[in-house]
Amino acid sequence: MAAQNLQSVPAELSPEDEAAGQANFDRVMAEDSRIEPKDWMPAAYRKTLLRQISQHAHSEIIGMQPEANWISRAPSLKRKAILMAKVQDEAGHGLYLYSAAETLGQTRDKMMEDLIAGKARYSSIFNYPALTWADMGAIGWLVDGAAICNQVPLCRASYGPYGRAMVRICKEESFHQRQGFEILLELSNGTPEQKQMAQDAVNRWYAPALMMFGPPDDDSPNSKQSMAWNIKRFSNDELRSRFVGMMVEQVRVLGLTLPDDQVRFNEDTRKWEHGPLDWHEFQEVLAGRGPCNAQRLERRREAHDDGAWVREAAAAYAAKQQAKQSMTTKEYAA
Amino acid sequence: MSPHGNPEVPASSASEVIRGAEQVPSGAPTPEAAATETKAAATTPASENQVPSIQPAVNHADRGAWGLWEVFVRSSRGLSHVHAGSLHAPDAAMALRNARDLYTRRNEGVSIWVVPADAIAASDPDAKGSFFESPQGKDYRHATYYTKSEGVKHL
Ligand SMILES: [Fe+2]
Ligand SMILES: [Fe+2]
Repeated sequence: MAAQNLQSVPAELSPEDEAAGQANFDRVMAEDSRIEPKDWMPAAYRKTLLRQISQHAHSEIIGMQPEANWISRAPSLKRKAILMAKVQDEAGHGLYLYSAAETLGQTRDKMMEDLIAGKARYSSIFNYPALTWADMGAIGWLVDGAAICNQVPLCRASYGPYGRAMVRICKEESFHQRQGFEILLELSNGTPEQKQMAQDAVNRWYAPALMMFGPPDDDSPNSKQSMAWNIKRFSNDELRSRFVGMMVEQVRVLGLTLPDDQVRFNEDTRKWEHGPLDWHEFQEVLAGRGPCNAQRLERRREAHDDGAWVREAAAAYAAKQQAKQSMTTKEYAA
Repeated sequence: MSPHGNPEVPASSASEVIRGAEQVPSGAPTPEAAATETKAAATTPASENQVPSIQPAVNHADRGAWGLWEVFVRSSRGLSHVHAGSLHAPDAAMALRNARDLYTRRNEGVSIWVVPADAIAASDPDAKGSFFESPQGKDYRHATYYTKSEGVKHL
């Protein structure tokens, strides 16, 4: 029996093995069980997962920027510490997800390269600017809130490493949303100017947050296949509608309003409805023409270049230690 | 300058990583210098009478100099270390520190193991049928197989 590595590397198989692999995959799907890295999987399944997980990882990494920008100007030491912890969590989320993507046979370096080269996509939401301190509240409440809504069902994704990464991430996200909610609540109960600042931030982040769930169902061609593969559990519109329902409740506690006079509960469909969203803007931002796309990528590139000496020094140190150790081993052997 | 007038904050985590070097436990497992070895092998001219060397299943040179490590965390005293995930690091000491920062930010562990990913041998899922012995007809390995003692106390 050959010892197997932990990574999944697509191999050339005989037609019989290919058929057996497909049969096993189909059985796993039918039983709603999990696929693990060394299992046979259809090439399209691997490709879809790799795209989705790496885009998700990139989103966590780029998503650090709008908030990191505010760490130095957080209004108190406590808020500064909280914001730093949140941004650090997002870095962790990116790393969990890169690890999950790596089990599919792609290296992290290659994924990073693609991001920096502008070849990879990430969530459109992070291409909007964070204009005031209240944006830290709106981002935590609406953006992390929408992310949680999206991610909780992904904990049951059919690909084991992805599901496990999502479990870890979801555990950490609830603090993100709550700290954002608290920022808004505090501002809302502050001076009229502070309350206005909170309302303004909610007004700007509401629609982009709703668009985080992706295009409407009849305009989302890949959703069906992802649902058949048990990667996606609910449609974009379904999740969006649930999210709107939660926000309607919570915005009342904040003493603020949603910038949408068409929000209503449809008694017939038993679903929450919202006003029209600007899907043209969504496509534009996704295509790289949003307010901050260039700036975000430039910053990521800078950080990567600025960190090069650290990566090199650490590798050189490790090599030196290794060389020293093998010298000692040889001396003992002699 | 960004459109919202925010000065960009240098976000290098390098100092975080280097701080606390004195806390590295002694007796950390020695990493296989897979990356450097593979690189060296690639640059060594192939010779016909060379002894074939064992190649790692995944070419670490592809990943740059920082190899892949698997992380195992003991969540509290008395429990086993459980696989938490993986990470990249140039050596065992950095792997341990990175694992601490990545997998135990909220007191999730009291002890960490890091293992070079290619030092792990795993069973082949395709061989499932033959590798894992069939439980068929082996009921006698379970206590429930023995029914005659039913009703007898403390048995
Ligand atoms: Fe996150
Ligand atoms: Fe978050």
